[in-house]
Amino acid sequence: MTAQADDELWSAIGDPSRRRVLDLLVSNGEISASWLAGRVPFSRQAVSKHLVVLEQAGLVSRRKHGREVLYRVEADRLDQATRAMANVAAQWDRRLAAIKRLAEAAHAEASKKP
Amino acid sequence: MPGLAIEREVLIEAPQDVVWRIITEPDQMSLWFADRVDLVVEPGSHGYMSFGDQGGPVVVEAVDPPARFSFRWNHPRGEDPVAGNSMLVEFTLTPDGEERTRLRVSESGHELCDWPDAEKQRYADEHQEGWAEFLDRLASVLAERQPG
Repeated sequence: MTAQADDELWSAIGDPSRRRVLDLLVSNGEISASWLAGRVPFSRQAVSKHLVVLEQAGLVSRRKHGREVLYRVEADRLDQATRAMANVAAQWDRRLAAIKRLAEAAHAEASKKP
Repeated sequence: MPGLAIEREVLIEAPQDVVWRIITEPDQMSLWFADRVDLVVEPGSHGYMSFGDQGGPVVVEAVDPPARFSFRWNHPRGEDPVAGNSMLVEFTLTPDGEERTRLRVSESGHELCDWPDAEKQRYADEHQEGWAEFLDRLASVLAERQPG
């Protein structure tokens, strides 16, 4: 409904542990799950789960490199995510401005009456 | 839920009860929110909001006049909205003198579910920033790394 961020994106980024994984991917380029697991306070299994969610949301992609699987951030999708989130915030700004207008008008109207 | 919400605020030159009515009366809601609002503002009540030819169900969570009103939406069709599958929208009204009201809205997403509490807290302490700032920062890092 309306121009919301889609659910997958939101839930992918809403989780701080996934933000941390994303953060490491952005700062380090292409990296493997085991490299990541050495740098986060959760298990290798949890890292894999987070990578799956990020991949489903389109924020991360993977490729095989020899025997390793390397992950990297999808810049376009991340950019799109940024805009979607900014859009949600802008929508609330518009709604709050409308509430302000309505409430102030109603209050002014009520104050006029004897 | 530190760092997981969009938060917006506005200062309104009207008393709290006036603002409360604008926010919670379905007739008024249709003036600032959805095109059509079918909703009984009671905790647990299920309603529907239409935006043009789109729309979706909402479920009221808290109604605490004239200070707090919250609902959940954007949950998968056919499921009950709970923490983890929906967005929570929460309005908080705080009087600022007799004639002014500070209105805050937050929309927050999926809660952290699979972390031990101590870990959540530690992470929250380390990462006070919200995800919006986080995304901004990521985007700028990316822009530097991958010009064009």
